[in-house]
Formats: sequence, structure tokens, C-alpha cells
Amino acid sequence: MTPHPPAGLSTHACRRPQVPADRASNPGATLIESFLPASAAGIVELLSPAPVGWGGTLLVGLLHSLEIAVGATIVGLLIGTWGAYGKLYGGPVVRDLFAVYTTVVRAVPELVLILLLYYAGTDLINQVLAAMGYQRVDISGLVAGIAVLGFVQGAYSTEVIRGAILAIPQGQIEAARAFGMSPGLLLRRITLPAMLPFAIPGLANLWLIATKDTALLAVVGFFELTLATRQAAGVTKAYLIFFLAAGVLYLCVTLVSNFLLGRAEKWARRGMPSIKDAR
Amino acid sequence: MTGETVIIDTAARASLWLQPHRIVLILIAVGLVASAAFFMRWDWLPQYWEMGLMGIWRALWILAVTCALGFMIAVPVGLAQAAGSIWVAAPAKVFCTIIRGTPLLLQLWLLYYGLGSLFPQYPWIRESWMWPYLRQAWPYGVLALTLSFAGYEGEVMRGAFAGVPKGQLEAARAFGMSRWKIFRRIWLPQAFYRALPTLTGETVLQLKSTPLVATISVIDIFAVSSKVRQDTYLTYEPLLLLALIYMAITGILVFAFSRIEARIPVKIG
Repeated sequence: MTPHPPAGLSTHACRRPQVPADRASNPGATLIESFLPASAAGIVELLSPAPVGWGGTLLVGLLHSLEIAVGATIVGLLIGTWGAYGKLYGGPVVRDLFAVYTTVVRAVPELVLILLLYYAGTDLINQVLAAMGYQRVDISGLVAGIAVLGFVQGAYSTEVIRGAILAIPQGQIEAARAFGMSPGLLLRRITLPAMLPFAIPGLANLWLIATKDTALLAVVGFFELTLATRQAAGVTKAYLIFFLAAGVLYLCVTLVSNFLLGRAEKWARRGMPSIKDAR
Repeated sequence: MTGETVIIDTAARASLWLQPHRIVLILIAVGLVASAAFFMRWDWLPQYWEMGLMGIWRALWILAVTCALGFMIAVPVGLAQAAGSIWVAAPAKVFCTIIRGTPLLLQLWLLYYGLGSLFPQYPWIRESWMWPYLRQAWPYGVLALTLSFAGYEGEVMRGAFAGVPKGQLEAARAFGMSRWKIFRRIWLPQAFYRALPTLTGETVLQLKSTPLVATISVIDIFAVSSKVRQDTYLTYEPLLLLALIYMAITGILVFAFSRIEARIPVKIG
């Protein structure tokens, strides 16, 4: 992939459209009519999933957003577990390197990181491939998006998981070691399950951040919900309807996630005293 | 390094921090920076540095204004949720949920493209004094960032207001303070002290949100770097410099807030 300026910034296709003269010069338009360029039936038509409407486009965008968010969260969790282990049990060099990673990623805006990693990552892979004598590959936006957001998420989950591992009563880990468990078994049987109740609130927050950070990929031209919305709005000129509809979709994702994650936290904390009693 | 409480003077702490492997790592980092300065192309800098300073100034200005305005909105939003009746608590809760549940980029575009395409249809808006401002992009950016900060910080302030011990407020009432005076002298300062550590994090998050205004054609430092990339066809140099600038600003912010935090009384509640 050759470096090119991001779609959203370079082409000033995003310039706000001029209002058609006929409507601008019509002071008699009622509030609702001017608020929404179409009538109530028109809104249903605009948002319907059938080809006339753009609802299907939005739903495909939502699906892409969710795919990226799920993938990035999984990648982030893997990096986070690894990073937390490195920060806690690694040697001095490993510990410092992870400290640099988490500090830098958390200090630089996600938008800048996404641009930097998106171009640098695809460029690097292609150069390595070229050096090994293979053809250049076009890395799909999905994979690049997951990798980039996962890298960003990893820095945050490193801190969350590190804190959660520190919250485990040390006796449990020492007991497991005394029984002669190997590090892998210890991680699988003791550390991960025991840290889960402490980590879930922070990780839940990270999942919500991931769903919202997918919107930033619109700036590098990846077709997710926000970009789909802007395309639909740009074609139909019904900006308010589509942006409000996308907002509702994002909000639904957040609310459903909140409900499910609350259940998950309850499940992970089963058998433990409630937070109120523990105080 | 361990849990022993030993009083270490500054020189000893420096030697603890500057272990041999750290010196090697620092040398490697210096080498990387030097090779980047030497091998990469920086000849565009003289042409753009004035524009870049303008962009940094604009980003900092947006950050300061949106944080100040957002905090002013966050106080009533937090207070309404912590102490208000359901008629004020519910709208405040809904506001926080909506702001925190949708991406900032979407909110920004909703305001800029949505409201922006709505306003010109009303002649009285076009004839009013606001119109020269409403035609520009930055008021929409400031509005979106302000509301976003208010939504996130409102939730923090809710917890901070609720966390002030009841006895403090009862004591103030027993002294015959009016409600406004209790709020001004007792409740708000203590809530603010409680919220201060999270305020640092929120401000850094807000700084990291400011480049989004570049997508609605406000020329901040991010937009300047995009322009450099378009003009010179360089990919990495402007982005790396941009990342460095943001890291420097974050470092300064964190340091400034830690100085403020050090000044507040430690024993509260």
C-alpha cells in the first residue's frame, strides 16, 4: 500500500454542502420540515435496509465496526496479558521497554498513532516481503485496523491487567508455586481466573473505548459506521437524520455491552463478598 | 525498590534510576533520534515551522477553552446527579450516557454537518450577529469538545460530590451557612480536590481528542502535519514530529497537574 493522505482530510469532499436556494429562501418552512429534509415517511424510506434506503449501508458499517472492535480487543488482551507479565516478572530491560510502550501509546493521540502505524505497518510488511523476494501484498483495511487498534488497546490493557494481577492475594500464587505448577498452568488455572473480577471493570471500559475508537478509522478511509454514515448523508443531504441514526446505533452497542458486561462481572465475582461489604 | 521505607536523597535516587541497562537503553534511544534527524528529510521545517507554532497555539487554546467551559457545565451536571431531584438528575444522566456512549468524531460531524446544514435555512439566523461565527468551523469543534468534556467530567463530579462526607455539610448547615455558601465554601472545594487526580487524566484525554477538529477543517497542529504530508509527499517525518509534540505537551500537562495536586491539603474527609 503506498502512503497516501487520509481520505477524510485530503480531499475536501467533506466541505459542508451549500443549502439549496429554494429551501434557503423559503421562510415559511415549518420547523420539522426544515429540520429534516424529508417527511416522516421519507425518513423511514431513507433508513430502510432495502436498496432505496441507506439503512443497509449503516448496518454493514456497524458490522465492520464491531468486527474491528472485537478483533482489536482480543489482540489488546493478548498484548496486555503479555505486557503485564513482562512488567511484573520480566527482567529490567523488558520492564523498561514495556514502560516506554505504555507511556508513549497513552501520551500520543489515537488518531496520530493510527495514521503512523497504518502507514508504517503496511510499509514495513511490504518492504520485508520485497526483501525476501515476494510480491507486494495489499493489506486489507480490516486486518490493518485490528492490528493498529489492538496495539493501542494493548497499552491500556497492560495497565489494567497488571493492576488486577497485583490485586490477587499473593498467597494464592505462592501456594500454586509450592504445588509445583508450571508457569503456564499457573497462568491458566490461578492467575487469569483470580484476576478476572478485578480486571473486568477496567476491561469493560476498554471495550467501550474500542467500539468508539473504530470511528477514528473513518479518517484513514476504512468503511465503518461513521464513514458509512457520512457517505449516506453526503449523497442524500439528510445529515441530521443519518448522524442521529448512527448515534443511536452506537448508543445501543454501548447499552447492550453495559448490560452484558455487568452480568459478566457479577459472574466473575461469584462467591466473593460484594464491593459494599468488602469496604 | 522494595517496600522498605528508606529515606533516599536525590543523588542516591538518581543512581538507583540510572542503572547500567538504562544507560544502554538511553544510548540506543539517542542513537535512534540522531539517525532519524540525520537520515530523514527535515528540509521542509523552515518553511512550515511558523504555521506549526500557530497550530500548536490553536490546539492549546482549544484545549484550554473546552476544558474550562466543559468543567463549568460538568459541575451542575454532576451536582444534579448527586443531589438533585429526579427531574434534574434524569436529564443529566441521559446527557452523560449519550456523550459517553457515542464516538466524539460522530458528535463532531453531527454538529458540524447536521447543525451546519440546518442553520442557513433560517433567515433570522443568517441576519443575526452570530452568523459570521456560525459560518466558521471552529465554533462547532469547540462546542463538541466542550460537551464531550462535560459528559465525561460530569460523571466524575457526580462521584466527587457524592463522596464528600455528610458530616461536613451538616456541620456547615449547623453554622448557619446559606446553601450557596455551603456549596461555595465546603462542597465544591472538597469535591474538586477529590476529582483532581482524574481531572489530569481527563485533560490528557481531551488533548488527545483535539486533533479531531482537523477533520472539520480547523487548522490545528494535526492539520498542519497533514498539509506538510500532502505538500512534500513525506509520510513519516511530519507524523513522528507530531507524535513528539503531543508527547511533550502531555508531559508538561502531567507535570503541571502534579504541582497543583501537591498543593492541595492531603487529609480530606
